Amino acid sequence: MPRTAPHKLDLKKQYLYSVLSVLTVSLICYGLTPYLGYRVVALILLVTVSIIAISFEIFPVLLAAALSAFIWDFFFIPPHFTIHVESTEDAILLIMYFIIAMVNAVLTYKIRQVEKLARLREEKAKAVKLYNTFLNSLSHELKTPIAAIIGATDNLQSGGNLTEENKTQLVEEIAKASFRLNQQVENLLNMSRIESGFLKPKKDWCDVEETIHEVVRRLEENKPLQKITINIHPGLPLCKLDKVMLETVLYNLLMNAVRYTGAAHKIDIIANSYTDTLELTVEDNGPGFPPEEVNYIFQKFYRLKDTSVSGTGLGLSIVKGFTEAMGGTVELETPVGGGARFILRFPVERSTIKMN
Amino acid sequence: MNKPGILVIDDEAQMRKLLEITLQTNGYAVTTAGTAKDGLIMAANHPPELVLLDLGLPDKSGHEVLKALRQWYTNPVIILSVQHDEESIVMALDNGANDYLGKPFRTGELLARMRSALRTAITEDGDTTIGSPDLEIDLTARTVKKNKELLKLTLTEYSLLALLARNEGKVLTHQYLLRAIWGPGFISQSQYLRVFIAQLRKKIETDPNRPEYILTESGVGYRFVVK
Repeated sequence: MPRTAPHKLDLKKQYLYSVLSVLTVSLICYGLTPYLGYRVVALILLVTVSIIAISFEIFPVLLAAALSAFIWDFFFIPPHFTIHVESTEDAILLIMYFIIAMVNAVLTYKIRQVEKLARLREEKAKAVKLYNTFLNSLSHELKTPIAAIIGATDNLQSGGNLTEENKTQLVEEIAKASFRLNQQVENLLNMSRIESGFLKPKKDWCDVEETIHEVVRRLEENKPLQKITINIHPGLPLCKLDKVMLETVLYNLLMNAVRYTGAAHKIDIIANSYTDTLELTVEDNGPGFPPEEVNYIFQKFYRLKDTSVSGTGLGLSIVKGFTEAMGGTVELETPVGGGARFILRFPVERSTIKMN
Repeated sequence: MNKPGILVIDDEAQMRKLLEITLQTNGYAVTTAGTAKDGLIMAANHPPELVLLDLGLPDKSGHEVLKALRQWYTNPVIILSVQHDEESIVMALDNGANDYLGKPFRTGELLARMRSALRTAITEDGDTTIGSPDLEIDLTARTVKKNKELLKLTLTEYSLLALLARNEGKVLTHQYLLRAIWGPGFISQSQYLRVFIAQLRKKIETDPNRPEYILTESGVGYRFVVK
């Protein structure tokens, strides 16, 4: 159930509360008639309407205004129990009461509209800024390898005085750049799969241990500086999961750890299972995350304020998107001693067949 | 000796050019087609030894071309597809494709796939051993040796290994393996397959976590390779 803020009560309740508060205040004032002049009552009722206007929509407030005007006229302005008003002064007062109550309601409503607009504009500006940062980093991430490929091929085509060794190096640069381009494109495609909402996990029995080893092996092809340790809880059962999506999630988490930590650090993967949950932890003892930014890191395009590593801010949002598409959760813990600990939890059906 | 004829059906001129050069320099005779229609006509006029078929064609889907081809064409067809489109890959394999390559692919991979597709499957009665010095699978004697030592395999383990080995280099889908080893009623019981593959790897691989013989094709199936 989504939690609703107090001022977002549904409309029916707002009507009910408006009427109830006007009635209650009127009743109290009525009991105090011997001590209060009826003109003071008008002010008290006006205050009530103003308070309602602070948090309610316009129509419940207008209802409260009209109702309180009627009550004041009927019960408080002499002669009592008629809507008839004897003195001209009272008639003017009643009209003024009504106008003030209405103006009150409309003004508060307008102020709230302006606030809402300002908030929307602010959010939009933030989104645009984030998107611009993304476009900048994306064009950097794509153009750098493209520049490397164009530069290397130009060199090779020109013939020039390239030694065999130069040529091999240039070809290697092209290979590296294409690999990088391919990864970026894959990230973009994954992101758009998440955004499209058509991400349907194809669950099948998955050997999690095998999957982890495969992902680590794929990662080790890039010769990471860090040592990656795999720790599988004995007797980990087969779990029903989308293996390809799980691979992407783990690959992105590990790639992140590899890119943002150094040779002095180590990376651990731990796989554990509880009754109906598979828990995978990817942990490193690197620099970790600034606590004030922990809440943002899974946001699309978000990049740490203080980072020198280039990237697009897509990796972790893909981790979150894919994990949630599989019904799981991802959480970042920042251990006291430093480092980062990502915990993935998937609700899974477990196979009863024993893996030995 | 005649060079084996390869027909490339791909709508991207760049891809056709690249494949033409790569395959010609590796001893194949190459013809290319940019549309499904041209591809089917060319295949009918000069049936090639192997077809490389891109799944994303402009005029007709590659799946339809595959079905049309398979009405009469019995030589191997290798599918070129976008990476991570397992559903489509499995469908193509079920519809008679012999193997697949996800774009972008490495040239070495392409040539290896083509070689194994062109090699006819080893028949059960053939007197053959498959493997490398440290792993020997004798299909006649039904024995498997790891580092010259006889392995104790259960009947199912052996059948699975023999089936994979007989199709050395080719991907076999989960469904295909389940149907062939356990029977049609077990197609959805992929857990058996996972367990037996894990057991087999423990017996035949030097490091079961870094398999060298039985490779996993995520979301598709398994492939037996000899180093």
